[in-house]
Amino acid sequence: MSEAPVVVDDVVKRYGEVAAVDHVTAEVRHGELFGFIGPDGAGKTTLFRILTTLLLPDSGSARVLGRDVVTDLWALRREIGYMPGRFSLYPDLSVRENLDFFASVFGTTVAREYEHIAPIYSQLEEFNDRRAAALSGGMKQKLALCCALVHRPNILFLDEPTTGVDAVSRREFWELLARMRTSGLTIVVSTPYMDEANRCDRVALMQNGRILATDAPAAVAASFERTLLAVRSPDRYRVLLALRDYPHTQRVYPFGESLHLADDRAGIDAARASSEATAFLHDKGFTDARVEPTPPTIEDVFISRMSAVNAPVAAA
Amino acid sequence: MSAASAVRGFARRTLALARAEVLHVIRDRASLVQIIVMPLVQLLVLSNVATFAVKRSPVYFVDFDHSPASRGIVTRFAASDLFDIVGQSASPDAANEAMLRGDATLVVTIPRDFERDLVRDKAAPIGLDLNAEKGSAAGIVQSYAAQTLTDYAAELGTEIVPTPRNVIDGPPSEIPPHPGAAHIDVRLRSWYNQTLDYKHYMVPGILVALVTMIGTLLTAQNIAREKEMGTLEQLNVTPIGKAEFITAKLLPFWVLAMIDLMLGLAVARLVFDVPIRGSLVLLMGSAGLYMIVALAIGLWISALVETQQQAMFTSFFVIMIYLLMSGLLTPIDSMPHWVQVASLVNPVRHFVSISRAILVKGAGLAEISTQLVTLAVFAVGFLTLAIRQYRKRAA
Repeated sequence: MSEAPVVVDDVVKRYGEVAAVDHVTAEVRHGELFGFIGPDGAGKTTLFRILTTLLLPDSGSARVLGRDVVTDLWALRREIGYMPGRFSLYPDLSVRENLDFFASVFGTTVAREYEHIAPIYSQLEEFNDRRAAALSGGMKQKLALCCALVHRPNILFLDEPTTGVDAVSRREFWELLARMRTSGLTIVVSTPYMDEANRCDRVALMQNGRILATDAPAAVAASFERTLLAVRSPDRYRVLLALRDYPHTQRVYPFGESLHLADDRAGIDAARASSEATAFLHDKGFTDARVEPTPPTIEDVFISRMSAVNAPVAAA
Repeated sequence: MSAASAVRGFARRTLALARAEVLHVIRDRASLVQIIVMPLVQLLVLSNVATFAVKRSPVYFVDFDHSPASRGIVTRFAASDLFDIVGQSASPDAANEAMLRGDATLVVTIPRDFERDLVRDKAAPIGLDLNAEKGSAAGIVQSYAAQTLTDYAAELGTEIVPTPRNVIDGPPSEIPPHPGAAHIDVRLRSWYNQTLDYKHYMVPGILVALVTMIGTLLTAQNIAREKEMGTLEQLNVTPIGKAEFITAKLLPFWVLAMIDLMLGLAVARLVFDVPIRGSLVLLMGSAGLYMIVALAIGLWISALVETQQQAMFTSFFVIMIYLLMSGLLTPIDSMPHWVQVASLVNPVRHFVSISRAILVKGAGLAEISTQLVTLAVFAVGFLTLAIRQYRKRAA
């Protein structure tokens, strides 16, 4: 197989006036853990449903494992594993019954696939007789992953697998994915959590049905064009208001405990930018504000690109 | 892929899904009880309600004759459990009031000189005033009364000429002798159901109505529920084919419906004494075919709609039309012509008539073959619709 496992070419899907997927072109490479990162409504789920043969695109084409998602759907359905964003297993069936069901639908048995799913299934086995509805969020995700893997798919699509899952389970889940990736399985995942982007080999930032950037997480973060400063102050809100009047502010926004300030002067030295910002805040009476350069993250890139896209809308 | 492995794949996937479906039913104890017990309770209750037979009709006598002959008539009515004598006087006004109050459905007026005419002319008139508010009941009471009088006259070797009048709001008045009154000679003879026990007629129909409702509603909700729960999303990415999916959804409910039907039949036989004159195997075979139709309609609705609520409303709409136009409660022969034609595409009509024919008339395969073929066509048609309607992929 020389073709990339996922090739998306100018795919459009509209719902009335709204383009849920708006001329998306993307490629996922062999054995890659690829993430579509974007807020709710970015079009991630729609794109996933097109790639998993559940939805017809209005235009454009998509090939998964070298097969066209529109014309070659029956062959594809045997080869892909899909975990929808919403828990989609039978809540009234037990863990084992759900697994048995999906195994037999694909013409195999849990016993035959045991080695394959053991890394995940071993954590569930003690709950074999428990109904899926009674599992915790993290356990539900593991069961869903097991069911999506039981037929040894060649590619795995996980739509927001960590949404609504607690922080510990989220980390565990990503560790599982990383381990699965080492076996050479191509995994395509979507998430609204920016911090999860770093877990992927490559990510595509999505917003309003469009892809804003596609690259390795570090490269995406490095593509931030401005000098970024972190501002810390006990009076965060008033400092934020004050910085809006700072002549060199390209953008200022709360970021975790601090504020992030993007300086609008291209290529300016970070030390100079932070001392100027400090001086400005001192003049305004915020003597305890501390300003220091900070490396941009994917979230910073996202916020800057997102605002650029949204700018005409905001003006209207 | 060889044909044999294709068939094996079909069977394997269908059975896997059917098995899961059975587990859903077994897990949901409350629903299971409802599916099995509710129709039986309904059968027990409704069979007693849905009867055309009129018993203990209240009768008021206005006797102007006070003769042994007139008292004989009163005695005959009193002896019959079809009538209940609520009053007797020589006052038409009192009778009038009794009817207005609703105390009496029938007023029998025996004119003066009734016995004398009877002896002299071997024939005498008698007045029957009926409250015809309930049309069909009035007709039945009238024929009962006429029969009672005819029997009595025959005993005496004479003839009594009843003069029936239907009264809705108008007061009954004294009946003038009607010399030229039409001679009503009612000779009822009911074939196949000699005692005219309406239960024999109604119970099979009610049973059909109940299993139709249960089967159609259960299947109509089924796919809609999977859509609501999101489980269909996961299922649609699997290699389960459309025909496999519909077959797997149909099978468990078909078995359930047949169990319901057998239990219902046992109740009909043991509690209501409904005769099973024809072949039980033929009956169950026809029922099996019919249930495919009823369930396929439900599955078609379910594939069509998005939510369980829509499924419920749509099924009720369809079921009500089907049941009321099936000849179950009202004879098809008395419906307008276009309804009679329209009812030909009503599968319930065909199965109601098949089940009555087999149970009450003892009909064999030859007599019901046309209807069986019709049902088979419906089964294929609705299954095709359901399979085509079910979309594994959204546009």
